[in-house]
Order: sequence, then structure tokens, then C-alpha cells
Amino acid sequence: MLLLLLSLGLLLAGSALAVLFFRRPAAARAAGVAAALLASVCGLAASLQTLFSGGFSSLSLPWPVPMASFSLVLDPLAAFFLIPIFLLTGAGALYGAGYLDGNARERAGLAWGAFDLLSASMTLVVLSANAVLFMTAWELMALSSFLLVLFDHERPQARKAGYLYLVTGAAGALALLLAFSLLSPSGGPMDFARFARPGGAAAAAAFLAALCGFGLKAGFIPLHVWLPEAHPAAPSHVSAVMSGVMIKMGIYGLLRVLGFLLPWPAWWGGLILAFGAVSALGGVLFALAQHELKRLLAYSSVENMGLILMGLGLGMLAVSDGDYALAALSFSGALLHALNHSLFKGLLFMGAGSVIKSTGTGELEALGGLSKKMPVTASYFLLGSAAISGLPPFNGFVSELLLGLAGLLALGPRSRLAPWGAVVIVSLAAVGTLAAACFVKASGSVFLGLPRSRRTDGAREAGRPMLAAMAVPAAGIALVGLFPSAALRPLSAVLGSILGPGAAGFLSAYASVPLACAGAAAAGLAALLLALWTARALLLRGRKPGAGPTWDCGYAEPTPRMQYGASSFSQPLTDLFQPVIRVIGRYPRIQEYFPSGASFSTEAQPLVYNTLYTPAARRIRGLAYRFSWLQQGRLQFYIMYIAAALIGLLLWKL
Amino acid sequence: MHILAELVIVLIILLDLGLAVTGSLSACIRLVAAQGVLAGLLPLLAGTEGISAGTAAFAAVIVLLKGAVFPWLLIRARDRSGARQDVEPLVSYPVSVAFCLGSFVAASWLGSRLPLPETGVAWIVPASLATVFTGFLLITTRTKAITQVLGYLVMENGIYIFGLALFVQQPMMVELAILLDVFVAVFVMGIAIFHISREFDHIDTAELSELSDWRREGYGS
Amino acid sequence: METLRPLSGLLAALLLAPLLPGVANKVKAFFGGRKGQPVLQLYYDLAKLLRKTPVYSVTSTWIFKAGPAVGLGALLLALTATPFAGRSAPLAFDGDLMLVVYLLGLARFATVLAALDTGSAFEGMGASREAQFAVFAEPAFMLGLGALACITGSVSLSGIFGALTVATWAAAAPVLLLLTAAFFVVMLAENSRVPADDPNTHLELTMIHEVMVLDHSGPDLAFILYGASLKLWFFAALIACMVLPRHSGAWATDTGLFLLAVIGVAAAVGAVESAMARLRLLKVPYLLITAFAFSALALILQLAR
Repeated sequence: MLLLLLSLGLLLAGSALAVLFFRRPAAARAAGVAAALLASVCGLAASLQTLFSGGFSSLSLPWPVPMASFSLVLDPLAAFFLIPIFLLTGAGALYGAGYLDGNARERAGLAWGAFDLLSASMTLVVLSANAVLFMTAWELMALSSFLLVLFDHERPQARKAGYLYLVTGAAGALALLLAFSLLSPSGGPMDFARFARPGGAAAAAAFLAALCGFGLKAGFIPLHVWLPEAHPAAPSHVSAVMSGVMIKMGIYGLLRVLGFLLPWPAWWGGLILAFGAVSALGGVLFALAQHELKRLLAYSSVENMGLILMGLGLGMLAVSDGDYALAALSFSGALLHALNHSLFKGLLFMGAGSVIKSTGTGELEALGGLSKKMPVTASYFLLGSAAISGLPPFNGFVSELLLGLAGLLALGPRSRLAPWGAVVIVSLAAVGTLAAACFVKASGSVFLGLPRSRRTDGAREAGRPMLAAMAVPAAGIALVGLFPSAALRPLSAVLGSILGPGAAGFLSAYASVPLACAGAAAAGLAALLLALWTARALLLRGRKPGAGPTWDCGYAEPTPRMQYGASSFSQPLTDLFQPVIRVIGRYPRIQEYFPSGASFSTEAQPLVYNTLYTPAARRIRGLAYRFSWLQQGRLQFYIMYIAAALIGLLLWKL
Repeated sequence: MHILAELVIVLIILLDLGLAVTGSLSACIRLVAAQGVLAGLLPLLAGTEGISAGTAAFAAVIVLLKGAVFPWLLIRARDRSGARQDVEPLVSYPVSVAFCLGSFVAASWLGSRLPLPETGVAWIVPASLATVFTGFLLITTRTKAITQVLGYLVMENGIYIFGLALFVQQPMMVELAILLDVFVAVFVMGIAIFHISREFDHIDTAELSELSDWRREGYGS
Repeated sequence: METLRPLSGLLAALLLAPLLPGVANKVKAFFGGRKGQPVLQLYYDLAKLLRKTPVYSVTSTWIFKAGPAVGLGALLLALTATPFAGRSAPLAFDGDLMLVVYLLGLARFATVLAALDTGSAFEGMGASREAQFAVFAEPAFMLGLGALACITGSVSLSGIFGALTVATWAAAAPVLLLLTAAFFVVMLAENSRVPADDPNTHLELTMIHEVMVLDHSGPDLAFILYGASLKLWFFAALIACMVLPRHSGAWATDTGLFLLAVIGVAAAVGAVESAMARLRLLKVPYLLITAFAFSALALILQLAR
């Protein structure tokens, strides 16, 4: 706990120093990066220690705010979510040091201040054991990330994204306040330790409010609308932190609140599982239709949050069914996927950032052939792509194996959860292949083939700090993939703090053999590949392979423009899913006999935003217009309103 | 153990799936006929005791009617109307499959909820309900009048199987009443389609809606 | 001896897999009234290709060269988890079917990336279609395996196919028939056979798998061809395990029957190929959706009984 307080202090100090040094960007950067790196090392050490020893420590200080107390609790659940925070804070700071170098120098101070504050507030969210403290940290997190989304505030998209992010953040906070007030017994500080399950409909209301509030942060469909706008708008190392870690705070919060609401009715689990399946499938379909790299990655975050929710939902259903072993398996699949997602999504956003920094565009149709100019970045991006598609021998496979195993076991004979199990495995299979298609498209059109435009002419490999930063999540991906059994102990500890101490033993019953075998299979696969590569080298020894142009079926003059583009690659699938994706193509009608300068563009319509949010916003605006007579624009009137409200409250309380 | 009866029931369900997705009108007519024949054979296979002469005769009549008379009438109606040979569905293939699977899920759930006597033959109630739903799909999502007749026939098959689930031994009472209705309906429709097609050169129900008082905006322009 | 037997099965699979495309071709030649190429043709091809010097496009990078090796490695590992003659595979654990399905995914991932690495319009087209069909084939396959898990109560390939007995067939014959049909369709699509794809056409816009490997040559092409035959073996072995539920216990009899069944599946592929035309490209997803419907129906039937 002491180490964690130290890292909190470091982050806050770094943030303050960076803002103070806003006139000297180099100093601000040094302060921000150094604080973040030191804090990550301290924090990682503390959380790993808690996770592996299964310890529990707490701290409570009085805080002179009504109903508040400065109480922090470090249990395995908190420690588990601290790991991605510190991993990506450290890697992101290192990456940002290279990434922000040279552009927007006058904003560097504010950017580093906000970055360190974001990490500090996330740490505090995870640690806090008091609703008021939690909400304060939560709002700080929203505010600091809002500042970072607005980093490029000259661009209208960034301003729109920031506005949308602010509005949804406020709505989510409102829902959370409702949930906390329903959970907390009246009078006294709103400490988590005093929270109890309210009776009757209030429990369901608290659950729904928490689902809404945390869901808006986690960004599952249909609460995801801000995510594909805000994540691409921020600088890439911040996108990595936001997509990799910040949205997991929604999952963390949901788990924490669900802990207060035991026992769970079956429909809660069903609802979450349904939301998860819809988000997973919808997210990956929308991702497939994108042709801007960072937007694609943002939609893929929606997909992965869906997978996590599916695991949570199945686990909750299993708990209400009394099958704790299945619940343990399912929950640990979800938890591990949360960690895994932060690793590969962090890596992918960093890779995307390197491409954007070096070429100035993330438009897939303008890129290509970058693996020759940026070989290391290309390898990292491919690694991340394989991992996010759930392919062995990487970490994504391990969590999807746990989820799939849970789904298959739920399908077993005499199980009442069989339909849910079927939903889980079908969604997993569909999402896995769609994600593979999506990331093959992304990495293929950025790094493989020939350049599609002159934008890549000046591209060169990312700088040393950026490459070093990418090595951190890449190592994590490989380690979890090769040694999945190591996750067993921490996951059991976390399950103990969600389902009660008895649940810790359930996981190893189902998961220890599959995890060990998955690790063995991953090692075997690596050995096989090495053997095949050696065999190939031996076969080719002493022979000089020929070189020539790509065989293009006899076409005399193939040009790079004739390559299959990103949109063409995904078109068969987007056509089949047209009712969901709604890709609109625009092209001029060709009139003359020898047309010149034809163009064609496609755009995927944001279905949920257009069909749900726009009409709702119009309704609300119409309603607000009726009360516009209240808005007189005179100071006197507003003072009168305030006075009237205060008097009204006084009368009501009397 | 009613292995044969269960196999027939699964075939009936597969025919539902086939009906939901087939694009050819003559295939549709053949599938409906095959389903009718299978449904007609069911009482012979599902009974617990030996087959009585009455049941056998009744099954023979049903098989003859559904396997020969109805298809003949329908093919005649199709040929005379000069309609195109495809069914012109309003929904796509995947949607039809999804509807069919969904209807079967719903039917299984309903079947497990209905307080019905134990039949000993698995899936008979879900299959009957799914068949009724498939008939409904044919009626609602196909444009041609003749496919609507086919839809009614499929629904009738479903209701017949449902009756079988209720009275494994004595399906005749239910069946006779329904069969009479459907026979009349097919007859009337066959004549109606024939005449409509002579008047209008086509038998697309979408076009028939123009006969109503309601006029489309810009009609005739 | 007990540990060697699973390995002998694996070894037999590795050695005999290139026979299957030959069998399918022979059956096609028979239906076409031709003599056809020798059954062992693929062995000759592999031996020749391994001795050839490859040619690489100047556009391609290490990814192009690694693709075939990764694809073959994934399939080799998948085969170690494939049951042989109803006996347990060398690698068998709860959830190994997830591993196998994802390994097939890894092979596909590597092949598609290698195709994109050439920068050719044709290979991109094939890559796109391969990715598209997988989206429908894999859920159908997974759901079918899930239905089998539901019937047998086991969640590993060896467990499932070890638990399939004559009694299971007697109790759930319609369900198992549906699943066999679904697996057969998935096998045809995943192995790029008619009606999903045509293994014979090398220069048509409609082809899928063959166009992706246009640029590979020498040992790389040998890896790809061998990997393809292993994939066919994998599906044929699963289907053979489905339709051969009875085991005498005698090692030789079981093995012989199983090999006959596997070759029978390959012959069935050839027969389908002779009797059917390739579907229009737009209709291939419909075929796979039908396979998915069969799997789903099997599961619903199993749950509703």
C-alpha cells in the first residue's frame, strides 16, 4: 500500500510539475515521463506482490467532506486492474516521449499534466473504498482524458468527439450517483464496507443504474457512441491508455458493485450476456467496415468489451444456477481477457501511432508496403493482430480458450444454461473469424504489398523510445501466451474477492489442465515453427532463390493502384451484413465518353448513433425548447432561480 | 423408441427449412407434397399398438390427397396462370434461415410449456408448431398468390401433426374437419388464381393491392 | 506400447494424408471416364517441389516466406489433437477443440497475410474470399462440436469421439446425421472443394484458395500442398470417427476400418465434385449458413428432447 501511495504521489507531483513547466516543453516532458515511469515500477511491484500473495491492505483517513472518507482498499480485484494501468502508463509515457516530440510543443505541459493525472485518477478509482472518493476520482479521470481528447482541438472532429465524450461522461456519472445512493444505507459515510443489497426493486434499479453508468465508460453497444470518436482523436499513446485501460474501469466498477448486490437474479446475467454478444458481434462488424486505422481499433475495443461482458454474463448465470466452478471459469476468462486486451490494444494503438506519425495519415487506402520501411513496427503490429484475433500461441487465445471452455461446459448434458453456452461459443467463433478478417485487412493494407500513395515516401522507422515502449506489451502478449498457467493463482485470488473466499479453489478444478496444455501447445507450436523454418533453410542451402515481379496472371503493367484495397477486402462481408453496417458508396455518374478524374468513396454509417441517439437528441432539444422562456439571459433572473431553489429545498427539508 | 417416427419428424423439420429457402416454385410444390406425405405416414409410425384398418385407410387417403391431388391442382394452377417459376421472396436467404431456426427455438420452448399428454415420440410438438410458423412465413413473405396457398397447406400439415400429438390414435376427428376446410380453400384459390391471372396477366398480390380504394400517390403517372 | 499407439496414429495420419487428394482425383477421373493421374501424384509433387529453387517476388517480405511454414506448423499441431480410429490423440485435454479450431484460424491467417504480401490484385481477391467464408464456416463447425459436446458430455475431441457409440447413434440418430451433414459441408468449404471452390482452376477470377498461393514456389509450395492435405485429413478423420461408432477393441481391425472410412470420405468428396457444379460465389455463404442451420437444428433437437 505504501508503494502505491508513493506512486500516486509521484504521478500527482509529475502532473503538477508538468503543468508548472508549460513554458519549457522539454522540462515538462521530462517531469511527466519520469514520474510516470517511476510510478509504474512502484505500482507494478506493489500490485504483483498483492496478487501473488493474495494479501489485503487498507488505509482510512478522515476527509472533511460530507459522507466521505479517504479510505483505500487494495484487494486482489483492485490489484488485478492496477496491473494494466501501470503497464500502459509506463509504456505509454515512454512512447509519448517519442510521439509528442516535435509537434505542438506549446501544449506539451498540459498534455503531460493530463496524462499523469489520468493515471493517478485511474489508480485512485481502483483503490478507493468510498463512494464520494470514487466519484471524485472517476470525474478526474473523465476530465483529464477529456483534455487529452481535445489535444488536437483545431480539428473539428476532435471538438465534436470531446463534446460527445463530455456529455456521455456526465450521463454516466449521474447513473452512478443513483446506483451508489441506492446501495448506501442512509446516514454516515458512503464507505463500500457499509454497502448492502437493497431489498426488492431497488436492487434491480441499482443494478441497472450501475450497468448504465459503468457501461457508458466500458463502451458496449448501445452505449459506445463516444468511443469511436474520442479514442482516435487523442494522441496515440493516450488512445492506448484509454482503449487499453480506461474503459476497463467500467468493468472494474461493475464487478465491484455486483459484489455488493449478491445474490444475482438469473436475468441480470442473461442481460449482460446478451449485451456482450451484441457488442462483440456489432463491434467487430463496425470495425471491419472502417478504413481509418485508429477508428478501426476503437471499434475493435467495443468488440473486446463485448467478449469480456459475455464472460461476466455467463459467470453470473452460473452463479445464480449454483454452478460455482463454471462461474469461476467464466469470470476468469473475462478477467484475463480484460488484461489481454489492454496488452494487445495498447500495442496496436502504439503501432498505429507510429504509422500516423511517420506518414501523416491513418487512412488504410493511402498506405501500403510499410513493412519494408518500418520492419520492427510492422512485426509488432502483426503480433498484436494475431493476438487480438485470438490465435495461438499468443495471449488472446488463452482467454478465449477459457471463455469457450466455459461455453462448452455450459452446453453439457443436464445443464440449464445450454442455450447460453451455445450463444457464447457461436459468438466466439464468429467474432474470432471476423476479428481475424478485420486485422488481416488492417495490417495487410498498411504494411504489406506496395504503397498505395505517395504518403509513405518519407516513412521511416519509429524512434528508439517508441520501439522500446512497444516491446513492453509485446513481451506481455508472448509471456501470457506461453505461460498461461502462471495466471491461475492471481485469477483465483481475484475470484476469491468477487465470489467470496470459497471460490478461490474452484478455478483450478476446471482450468489447470487446459491452461497447462495450452501452454504446452504454445511451446510446441513455437518449436514446430522453428523446426520447419530450419528445415526450409536446410532445403534452400546452397541455392539462390530467384527474384522477379509478382505473377499477376499475365497482366503486363500492374500498378500499386490495382492491389486489393482495404474496402475491397472487406466488401463481401460488409455487403452480407448490410442491414447492420450500412456502407454507403458515393461515386459520380460518368457522362462523357472519355471520363477523367472519377472517384469512389465509401462510408459506414454509425447505425446506433443515427437510429437511437440523433432522434433522442432531437426529442430532448424539442422538449428543452418549450422551457426556453426560463432562459431570459439576465443575471437577476438566474440569481432569483438560485434563491428560489434554495428556499424550496429548505422548505422541503423542514 | 420410435426411431422411424423421429426420423420422419426431423425430415419434416428439414422440409420446413427447405421450404423457407427454396427459390423455385415447382420445388416448393414438391416439398409441400413430400411434407404432406410424411405427415400422413406419421400415424402409422407413431402408434403404440398395431395398425388398425381404419388408421391405414385414413393414412392412405391423406397420402393420396396431399401427395397427388393437391400437387396436381397446384401445378395446373401454376401452368395456367403463366406465372414465373420462382417464388419471389420478400426477404433474403439468411433472414429466412434465421426465421426458421428462431421459429424452431420458439416452438421447442412453447412445446415444453404446453400441458400436453406424453406421446413417446420426441419433437412432435415442436415440429408441428415450427411447421405452422413456416407456413406463416410462406404466407407473409412471398408475393405470389400460389405460394400463399402453399403456405396454407404447410400450416395445415403443422396443425395435423399437432393433432397427432394430442390424439395419437384418433387424429381423424381433427384432421377431417381441417382437411375439408383446406380442400375447399385450395379449390377456391385454384379457381381464383386461374381467373385473376386471366384478368390481370399476373398473380402478384402486391399488385392486387391496387384494386383497393386506396390510391398510391402519383398513380398512373 | 500404450504411449506409442497414439503416436503411431499420428504418424499414419502424417504419412497417409497426401493420399486423400489423390483418391478424390481418382474418383473424379472415374466419373469422367478418364484414367486420371496416379493416386500417389501428390507424393511425387511434394518430392519434386522440395528439390526446387523458389522464386520470390521483389514486393514480398519475410511474411510471405513465413506464411507456408506457419500454416503447416499450425496444421501439424492440430493433427496431434485429432483422434485416430476412435482412440485418444496424443494431445487431448478439456477444450482442445478450441485449440484445433483456432489453429485452423492461425493457418488461414498466415496464408491470407502471405497472399496480401505479394501486392497482387488476384491474391488479394482470394484472400478476401477466404476470410469471408471462414466467418460462416467456423461458427457452423464450432456449434456442431458444441452439439456433440452436449450429446456426449465431453469437451475434448478425443473424449467426444471416444464416447460416440452405437448406443449414442441409436438414441440420437437424426441429430448425429444432421451433424455429419454439417461437418461434410464445412469440410468441403474449408478444403476449397466443389461446390465452394474449385481445386482445379488456377486462372479464374472465381477461385479462392488456389489464387492465394499463386506466387509460392519450391519448398514453400510443398508446405502449402502438404498442409492442405493434412487439413483434409483432419476433417475426414472427424467424419470417419462420427460414422464409425463401433470399436472391436482389436487394434488392427479398428485401424483398418478407420482408414477405409477416411478414404471413403475422400471418395465422397470426389463424387460430390463430379456430380455438382461450383456454386456462384454469392451463394457460397448461403451453403455455409445452411450448414450452420443444420448444426443449430441438431443442438436444438438435442436440447428439446
